[in-house]
Amino acid sequence: MPVQFEGILAEHRAVRERAGLFDISHMGQIWVMGAGARATLQKLVTNDVGSLAPGRGMYALLCREDGGVVDDLYVYALEPDRFLVIANASRAAVDFEWIKARRGPGTDLVEQPQAAAVALQGPLAETIMSVISGEAVSLSKNGVGEFQVMDMECVIARTGYTGEDGFEIFAPAGHLMGIHDALLKKGAPMGLALCGLGARDTLRLEMGYRLYGQDLDEGHSPLDAGLEWAVKWDKGDFIGRGALRRQKEEGLRRRLIALRLADRGVPRHGSEMIAGGKTVGVLSSGTYSPSLSIGIGLGYADYELFPKSLETAPMAVRVHGRDIPAQMVPLPFYRKRK
Amino acid sequence: MDLKNLRFAESHEWIAPDGTVGISDHAQKEITDAVFVELPKAGRVVAGKESCAVVESVKAAFDIYAPVAGAIAAVNGAVVKNPAALNQSPYETGWLFKIAMTNAADRDKLMTHEQYQEFVKIHKH
Repeated sequence: MPVQFEGILAEHRAVRERAGLFDISHMGQIWVMGAGARATLQKLVTNDVGSLAPGRGMYALLCREDGGVVDDLYVYALEPDRFLVIANASRAAVDFEWIKARRGPGTDLVEQPQAAAVALQGPLAETIMSVISGEAVSLSKNGVGEFQVMDMECVIARTGYTGEDGFEIFAPAGHLMGIHDALLKKGAPMGLALCGLGARDTLRLEMGYRLYGQDLDEGHSPLDAGLEWAVKWDKGDFIGRGALRRQKEEGLRRRLIALRLADRGVPRHGSEMIAGGKTVGVLSSGTYSPSLSIGIGLGYADYELFPKSLETAPMAVRVHGRDIPAQMVPLPFYRKRK
Repeated sequence: MDLKNLRFAESHEWIAPDGTVGISDHAQKEITDAVFVELPKAGRVVAGKESCAVVESVKAAFDIYAPVAGAIAAVNGAVVKNPAALNQSPYETGWLFKIAMTNAADRDKLMTHEQYQEFVKIHKH
């Protein structure tokens, strides 16, 4: 997927106001199947896959024993014993080996051959989707199913990475081309835009969605990253639970904070975060928010350098040597007007 | 703006006979959507090839260099308020600042539009 087609701002706006189509074929698609599949996933990820009903999907984290994040995933249950796991492109091979080495008995692991996928996102997504599948539009948020589309079966989920309503369609490359073109043909007159990685990044960051490799990695835990909502303590043991439990009891050493700039300038990955005149961390992600017309960023701040008492101190982000005033804000940065 | 009257620097700025400076169409495409523009203060004295303005896009920040030595005589406040003008009209409403040239002959040493287009072709990554 290219960084942009028409332009990041135009593509971003199209998704917020109408619809956008993203080629997300770079994402890894791993099938986890068999009588032991559910137990395997339950043991490997932080969220409660045990409670995941067929036809539903959930966000989950794959952790190391020490709580570091191997990858963040989407897990879809197609049947009680058949799951599709969506992995980040850069981690798909690592994840596959990770799961394979730790799977329980009765678990088959298959990388989807010729994996390809598109995401159709935006308020007009449902209308556009109805041309290729009248059935898929009945999916509710986080719903998933297998649908006959243009004479072939593919997996469609009502999920995405933009904060808008939308669908993700998973199918082998050859077939997906036809789906892509059909969606574009129907959608273009309604303002559907082809979107690239640039808009994908501004859209996800406005929602505060973490990006693996920037906001998440093996050196940070889900708790550091503010993702405790996806860690289910009561579901039974899972890899990393002990370390995470200890982190929680002993207190976190750092936390991911969200900063919204109060003046012009675009913060970037690596920009220093300043509180009370001192550097307290660097941004893991930063961009210009097209919806808010201001710079936004996420970054890890050490509790030692940035105790709760400093949260009310004047903050700034250093951009080209200039300290731009900033404010710590709750996520998401952007909320859709109802 | 008649492109024939402009001269171009290797760092992709153009300069008109009256000292008006902007960036080339090629540069605005490379920069992508400009979201912030920072211009020098009027009166500032700049050397040739001195960085004196910044254009920020969603993608990255780009330094803009003075194509020749001189003093900043005027800046385009309109492009600061509406950075999109830089993409929409790099040779007209998207101009950045005006230099009172120390030596007008410096400008003649820069590339013509034709030469610049050749330059861009050769240096395409």
